[in-house]
Amino acid sequence: MTTSADPTPLAPGAPRSGTTFLGLPTAPRGVGHLRGTQSFPDAARTSLRDGQLRANLGRATTTIRGKRAAVVAEVPHWEQLRQAGKALKAATMARLDEHLEELERQVTARGGTVHWARDAAEANRIVTELVRATGSDEVVKVKSMATQEIGLNEALEAAGIEAVETDLAELIVQLGEDSPSHILVPAIHKNRSEIREIFRRTIPGVDPGLTDEPRQLAMAARTHLRERFLRARVAVSGANFAVAETGTLAVVESEGNGRMCLTLPQTLVTVMGIEKVVPRWEDLGVFLQLLPRSSTGERMNPYTSLWAGVTPGDGPQDFHLVLLDNGRTAVLADEVGREALHCIRCSACLNVCPVYERAGGHAYGSVYPGPIGAVLSPQLTGVEDNASLPYASSLCGACYDVCPVAIDIPSILVHLRAEHVEAQPRPTAEAVAFRGLSRVMSNPRLWHLAQRAAGLGRFLARGRPTLPAALPPPASAWTRTRDLPTPPGRSFVQQWTEEHRR
Amino acid sequence: MSAREEVLGRIRTALGEHRPVVDVPPVPAPRSLAPAELLDLLAERVEDYRATVLRCAPDEVPATVVRGLDLALGGGWAPADVVVAPGVPAAWRPSGSPEDDGRPAVRLAAFAATLTGVAAAVAETGTLVLDGSPLSGRRALSLLPDVLVCVVEAAQVVPDVPDALGRLDPVAPLTMVSGPSATSDIELQRVEGVHGPRTLVVVLAG
Repeated sequence: MTTSADPTPLAPGAPRSGTTFLGLPTAPRGVGHLRGTQSFPDAARTSLRDGQLRANLGRATTTIRGKRAAVVAEVPHWEQLRQAGKALKAATMARLDEHLEELERQVTARGGTVHWARDAAEANRIVTELVRATGSDEVVKVKSMATQEIGLNEALEAAGIEAVETDLAELIVQLGEDSPSHILVPAIHKNRSEIREIFRRTIPGVDPGLTDEPRQLAMAARTHLRERFLRARVAVSGANFAVAETGTLAVVESEGNGRMCLTLPQTLVTVMGIEKVVPRWEDLGVFLQLLPRSSTGERMNPYTSLWAGVTPGDGPQDFHLVLLDNGRTAVLADEVGREALHCIRCSACLNVCPVYERAGGHAYGSVYPGPIGAVLSPQLTGVEDNASLPYASSLCGACYDVCPVAIDIPSILVHLRAEHVEAQPRPTAEAVAFRGLSRVMSNPRLWHLAQRAAGLGRFLARGRPTLPAALPPPASAWTRTRDLPTPPGRSFVQQWTEEHRR
Repeated sequence: MSAREEVLGRIRTALGEHRPVVDVPPVPAPRSLAPAELLDLLAERVEDYRATVLRCAPDEVPATVVRGLDLALGGGWAPADVVVAPGVPAAWRPSGSPEDDGRPAVRLAAFAATLTGVAAAVAETGTLVLDGSPLSGRRALSLLPDVLVCVVEAAQVVPDVPDALGRLDPVAPLTMVSGPSATSDIELQRVEGVHGPRTLVVVLAG
């Protein structure tokens, strides 16, 4: 598929199991924020030691889980709505090329310009050139996962253009020279007093008597950004949805910073992953019900902006839409994994995940943390570039239960684990262990012997529920972080035999 | 090969020749409510966002708008502080309030309050929809002044978001407003008012 001039790496794990390997390019290395510098277990070990972080996260996720559950329970037909959302996404992906072509026609017909970007580097180049053409050296930004994914702020900075994040949480992260740790609440890992310190240190002319009361902090951000909004000539946004048949773009937000960026500047550049398209106007009716309740736990978010191309006398008069691949077509090529493209970035799966709640978003090393990140990031980069992420889960399934478009995240995790194992030139210790286990389990005599041997564990446990000893290497990698339960006194086969003999 | 052709080509390769055929199940209809129940639900849901709802008979709109401005701005506001969307009926306007004259959008920030109508209102979610028409005003008008007063007429209230979409023009610049500007970014504690209007007053007529 790729030409020799194209520097984008191919998915390293070729050939894939169960599917035909198609050689579609994944997100390139060296640009954007999809790969961490450490593996998940190493990064998580650091964050698990941070008591403040765990306290902040535990409080926040508990709060939002409660809010979401309450507003979802209000909708009697939630499950039907969810299945409609899932089917709409699957149907859209099956005709993705046609919907994107239609979207391009409609946006163009309404005075917008559509650009296509194969990857992060190309998207950054397109946006940088568009901003340069306006003569402006600053842009205001609406919080957007796509522009974080491609590292647009860094690319603009390298070109001498300052990008100002205007969402309060993104501003906190930007001023704190930190990175986001949650899809929806990027500063979820910071508490109020930490935020006050960042503001006191970085906002010029901020009231030194600023308290850590959330209202005061929000008002300080309002004052700080007001003048930037009013003078901004160029804005960059993402998109939550784009309607193919009408060319309508949608951005969902709360603070009004999005409306400021989408309304006041002369030029608007929107960067959108190709999977965000929906075929028909009425499809929005489904997703606008699913998204707010799943994400912030509100019936509806305070502001939703919808626009099609350019409206004379109202809003930006120059509109550009950048359609981004950056590994999405490689995800689409995997019949099991492609469901990850259905994600509407609500972040409900993060808030219920026991692993996310303890490890925090930074441990995932990608702008997409949590359960959805554990399936999306490795697919966008190729599994071998994020090989630890499919294992960053207990497979408890809570993520699947809350997903508003019913993405079967646990199954994709297992699928990606298999892909990683098969990509290894030599079998891993785990693969050897399971191969041995499979031999034992398929031979009744061996299985019986193994169960008798397990009885030894009861002796070692001396009545305790778990075994005190760790296994020797290489199995110690498993027992270092897990307890081995004491084997039961009688095996199932023994019990069955005894009960049915009577 | 252009990026466009390449991305479209990749999609076709990824999907292969046998594309899945997906049946989309019908989306359930919203609950049916009598007109009076619709208005009650809208009022309840808008108030839940800590916005102010003032209900009145259709002929009481002018007095109720003034009462809403009193509540939001305190006494002592001048009609000159309140900018009105150009399509708002003359009867609803506080006498002496200027109409949006198409000045550069950023200069609208000088006004203390805005008065508009709406294109539709959604009872289930407490959402007002502004559509950029003369009655709703351009987008900046409902964004920059710190107080937004919207007049909703009974016939504009629909049960659910899908109903509202059915009434709207998909290519108009649309803004859906559910309560005042708000953030939950600091310890998930909701704070009303960041960048958009900090106070929302809904005059519900009918």
